[in-house]
Amino acid sequence: MISRQEVEHVARLARLHFDEEELARLQQELGQIIDYVQQLAELDLSGLEPTSHAVPLKNVLRADEPVDGLSQADATGNGPDVERGQFVVPRIG
Amino acid sequence: MGTRASRASSNPDVTGLTAHGCRDLLAGGEVSAVELTRAYLDRIGAVDGEVRSYLLVDEAGALAAAAAVDAKPRSQRLPWEGVPIGLKDIFCVKGMETTCASRILKGYIPPYDATVIAKLRAAGLVFLGKLNMDEFAMGSSTENSAFQITRNPWDLNRVPGGSSGGSAACVAATEAPWALGTDTGGSIRQPASLCGVVGLKPTYGAVSRYGLVAFASSLDQIGPITRDVKDAAALLDLIAGRDPRDSTSIGLPEPVGFPERSSLEGVRFGVIKEFVGDACEAGVRDVFDGAVDAIGALGGVCEEVSLPSVERGIAAYYLIAPSEASSNLARFDGVRYGHRHSHSEDLYEMYTRTRSEGFGSEVKRRIMIGTYALSAGYYDAYYAQAQRTRTLIIQDFARAFDHFDFLISPTSPTVAFKIGERTADPLAMYVSDLCTIPVNLAALPGISIPGGFSAGMPVGVQIIGPHFSERGMLGAAHALEKKLRVDVVPPLAEVAG
Repeated sequence: MISRQEVEHVARLARLHFDEEELARLQQELGQIIDYVQQLAELDLSGLEPTSHAVPLKNVLRADEPVDGLSQADATGNGPDVERGQFVVPRIG
Repeated sequence: MGTRASRASSNPDVTGLTAHGCRDLLAGGEVSAVELTRAYLDRIGAVDGEVRSYLLVDEAGALAAAAAVDAKPRSQRLPWEGVPIGLKDIFCVKGMETTCASRILKGYIPPYDATVIAKLRAAGLVFLGKLNMDEFAMGSSTENSAFQITRNPWDLNRVPGGSSGGSAACVAATEAPWALGTDTGGSIRQPASLCGVVGLKPTYGAVSRYGLVAFASSLDQIGPITRDVKDAAALLDLIAGRDPRDSTSIGLPEPVGFPERSSLEGVRFGVIKEFVGDACEAGVRDVFDGAVDAIGALGGVCEEVSLPSVERGIAAYYLIAPSEASSNLARFDGVRYGHRHSHSEDLYEMYTRTRSEGFGSEVKRRIMIGTYALSAGYYDAYYAQAQRTRTLIIQDFARAFDHFDFLISPTSPTVAFKIGERTADPLAMYVSDLCTIPVNLAALPGISIPGGFSAGMPVGVQIIGPHFSERGMLGAAHALEKKLRVDVVPPLAEVAG
């Protein structure tokens, strides 16, 4: 189960907006999915480490050598609002 | 059956051609690269109105690339130069729109090539275009595309599977000799199974993910969708390798080559008990039993093996993958690329409206699950518990590989389902990936090959190997493929072009 308040809180964290109808449907769907994954709580997993990486790999390092990256024009070329090579955004808060 | 020949008389009939078949025609000078590319473009023109596998066909670019190949003397060409390929719309291709089948990326033109694309470009392959998929690869039917529904070439009322449904349908309908897909929980193998083609998910780390739009970074892997095992091996060799731009990439210990094999004498196969029996519909079980018999006839040994933890794979996956996705998809904020809501008072409103308009409902659902699972107070109960379950699954597979060379199961518990049949119930859709998800959780290589038919629809057989066992696994797959001899083209009628 998940409460309506929790759904709204998670939506705020995820930067998503839902209307009343969508919130009601999500509360039900997320509730079902959360009930389903509760089956993992039944497993005795004491003593098992959580997997962080599934194939053996040690620290991966590379030589610290400068290489060419994207040009400023290429890097900003897809921006929806760009001025003098910089991304323009609405005011904060 | 429709007429097989394309209209232009100089162009070859591409129906049923493999990529190595294309290579041989080019090498023998029987066709030019332009004629071959034109033949595929004609085929797309004739059938894709029904199949709807392509989101973008780059006719001009493909013909120009083919003409450049023809301009080189044959003796100076690379082995695969001039062979066409289709690409899932999840790879960044410099200068070619890349949308991930999402409104939020509509119009995005990557300024760089993904590593796999750069490798294929260097090998001289001709890019026919971008293929449909579930939005951000989240789905098992390709119905979550923001742009179009792709249909199964064997029955146009059914789904092609997903998320690489466009890639599998395109190869099945011979609209490309082969295609590239991605597999996070079965997204190469399941659609390959449902469309009657070969799909290979390599070991995690065999192929660089640089330039692949990320879904769940600890699970995502790029691989081939082809008409036979020989092509899957060849395409894997073209894309595999360690890449400094993806620090999780390792490459393969040796090139796969073409591991031709006709006997399975002494090879031990474990039949995963949890994926057969009641978990599968009867028609799928029958085809799978036929594959087990064929392995026996080739001298291999099949024994049942139990991996109890794999039944928890779906639950673990639907915490881990959405958690990683909620983090990866935070980058779609309307600032640097893609869609932006244009009349926002402030930044928070711009982010929220942009994302709410740009993402489809399944993507939002998974972002919500992942954000919830990672949020304060729930992390240990959900995400950490799922990662411990993953450890258990890895241990179960490792124990099984102490006794068996390979594990086998059906690829999908059912044949292709009807369009719309599972869209109302997210959990019913998730069950499509029962047999494939644990393979991703354990980072293992897996391949689906056509095993036969159930009521006219293709059924795939999955072979799973230990980490980096691709060479041996493809050899075994090749022997079984030759024995089963399932190589057919769906009876797609050509429509007026």
